[in-house]
Amino acid sequence: MVEVAQSYPGQLAQPASRPQASLRRFMRRRSTIAFLMCLPLIAIVACLIVYPAFYSIYLAMLSKAQTKFVGLGNFAYLLKRDTFWMVVEQSAIFALSAVFFKALIGLITAHLVNNLPAKGQRKWRGMLLVPWVIPLALSSLGWWWLFDPTHSAFNWIIRGLGGSEIPWLSDPYWARFSVILVNVWYGAPFFLIMYLAALKSVPEQLYEAAAIDGANAWQRFVHITLPMMRNIIAITVLFSLIVTFANFDIVQIMTAGGPRNMTHVFATYAFLLGIRSGDLPLGAAVSLFMFPILAVSAVFILRGVRKRGRDMA
Amino acid sequence: MARLGISRRKLLQTTTVAAASIISAPYLRHSYAAGKLTLGVWDHWVPGANDTLTKLCNEWGDKNKVEVTIDYITSQGDKDVLTASAEAQARAGHDIMSHRAWQVQVHHSVLEPVDDVMKALIAKAGPISPVAEYLAQADGKWYGIPTTVGSQVKPCCSRLDLYKQHCGIDLTKFFPNRPERDQKLVDSWNWDLYLKTAEQLFKAGVPVGLPMGQTSDAIDSTGAMFRAFGSVMIDGEDNIKVDSNETRAALEYFKKLMAFNPPEVYAWDDAGNNRWLISGRGAGIMNPPSAWSVAKRDNLKVAEQCWTHDMPRGPAGRFVGQLPFFYGIWSFAQNKPAAKDLLLFLSEKEQARQLVAASVGYDLPSFKSYYDFDTWEKVEPPLGTVYNYPPRGDEQPSITGYPARPDVAAQIYNQSIHTIMVAKVCQGNEPIDKVVKWAEGELEGLLRT
Repeated sequence: MVEVAQSYPGQLAQPASRPQASLRRFMRRRSTIAFLMCLPLIAIVACLIVYPAFYSIYLAMLSKAQTKFVGLGNFAYLLKRDTFWMVVEQSAIFALSAVFFKALIGLITAHLVNNLPAKGQRKWRGMLLVPWVIPLALSSLGWWWLFDPTHSAFNWIIRGLGGSEIPWLSDPYWARFSVILVNVWYGAPFFLIMYLAALKSVPEQLYEAAAIDGANAWQRFVHITLPMMRNIIAITVLFSLIVTFANFDIVQIMTAGGPRNMTHVFATYAFLLGIRSGDLPLGAAVSLFMFPILAVSAVFILRGVRKRGRDMA
Repeated sequence: MARLGISRRKLLQTTTVAAASIISAPYLRHSYAAGKLTLGVWDHWVPGANDTLTKLCNEWGDKNKVEVTIDYITSQGDKDVLTASAEAQARAGHDIMSHRAWQVQVHHSVLEPVDDVMKALIAKAGPISPVAEYLAQADGKWYGIPTTVGSQVKPCCSRLDLYKQHCGIDLTKFFPNRPERDQKLVDSWNWDLYLKTAEQLFKAGVPVGLPMGQTSDAIDSTGAMFRAFGSVMIDGEDNIKVDSNETRAALEYFKKLMAFNPPEVYAWDDAGNNRWLISGRGAGIMNPPSAWSVAKRDNLKVAEQCWTHDMPRGPAGRFVGQLPFFYGIWSFAQNKPAAKDLLLFLSEKEQARQLVAASVGYDLPSFKSYYDFDTWEKVEPPLGTVYNYPPRGDEQPSITGYPARPDVAAQIYNQSIHTIMVAKVCQGNEPIDKVVKWAEGELEGLLRT
């Protein structure tokens, strides 16, 4: 935009007001206004994300008593611990399986909702989003009651149907299944809403052309829907992977990492070492282990997104 | 100008007497006109217990002209632990903070030494629990003052009717609600008898429930049992001692005992065993009187049959898990003298008596001389149900992780090494040798500085 300085008759040019005028011009620039409007957000991000991130890196390099700089000593120590490797394995199982099922359920549900008549669609969209809008700590508590080791509501139903009880939380493998199930229940609506938005943006003409060519529903899905949604799928999976890897509430509330440490994920194990055992540097080191894993996956996924973006352009 | 009616000699006399009395006073009480004091205190689960603490603090505040503010912080989700950690890192917050068990050790570098208060208290109240001493001292100095509020032990809480019906044992005869005990009967209450009764109760469909998860009830009672067998994880000189005959004997015992427990004990949190007893499905747990207290509200028939009594005796003695709470004064507190004075006031016998009464006998002070409060005699039903809650006979308080140095023991405790070992053997069917080896590896890691 070209900025025009207005002058009025009788107004004298005053050398002293020149810096003021240039300041005014600077303040009127779009980029300046944008920056100023973003400033509160930048300040919040700097205080609540950037500073804690650097502080945790600093903490992770201190001794247990936080009196000595130990460099990468805490990380080297963790790499030698069997329990830590078990936590790595569990975090990977937890995050990968939960994200896979969330994506799958989200995709199927999005298709179902997309094919509903427009009149009732809004109600279904609203209802299916409910798990995602309930505070996670509360819904986890609700699930914990359903899985309660002694008085599980699910087991009550199973018993009523003549089946035998399932040790939802007391058997380590069932406990893993339970926490993944709750994560899928909570996170699937996010995929649903993203995929639904993507589905609605696929041009109808493509489907019409395919139908004329004799493509069946599966062929339309594989050759039109999926390629058109690849970017949104990649970004959604990346975003969900980050959030799921960092999950704390579900595991902490439902199993607190037990039985036998077999449901711990990075965040709960970091909490156990850092806060409950009083070894903050080691806790910080555990939580930082997520960073390279997520950074590498982010690089690969975003590279794919950019490449497809260029191809489409 | 009118002359003051006081001679030089009189002035000298008065000054000397005043100075001498100040110097020779055993404990100094101060006046803090218009001062302020803030407390972050554990939020008691017994209705009305917080009110008594508030009332006592206000009484002290009015007398000393100090404005006292109390924030009650729940331990649900470890909110109290998180708040204390945040205050310690920020070097700002309350003047006084309550700390559960190991937290004094965690924060002692930012806590004010309180040797003066503890010396005055011990001089008045006599010996203190060795567990409290172990947890509140670092480098020979006291950094925490044991609280009455929240401090507890975890003895047996058993159903009188079920023990009588299925095991032929009258627990009121073993542990009556009066000082006299039949020593023969008390001696016979050992882990062998406990195992025998556990089997009988299991077969009768009302098993005992020992939590074997990774929360404090499980860790406290399991640690006390290991100690009763003489098993030590790490000694006071940093030697790893877990690979011993005593540990193997304890694990062998657990293998037999856990077969008579419900399978869900591996997932129980601190409320799991309480609910087990209150529901009427279980014959006994190891817990403070909170389970009985809730049963009194929710299932009176069960409460009427509950009897709190000593733990069984093992080859190395009779041990009960103790979990004391502490008050700590931050080194960055604004009003340290007032904080010390208030904490001394709250720890005195009369105030402790009121706090114990307000908690219906749940809170257990760390001074043995306070165990004569009548609350434990009067509470009912049945009359005297918690008389034996304070350790009265040969029962010794114990904390899981002892005798390792406290910062290592804190990790043994919080990382649930004992209960995980039991779960690996009894639930995971792993060989004892393999589990001991695993524990050795974990313990080796905990010794890093």
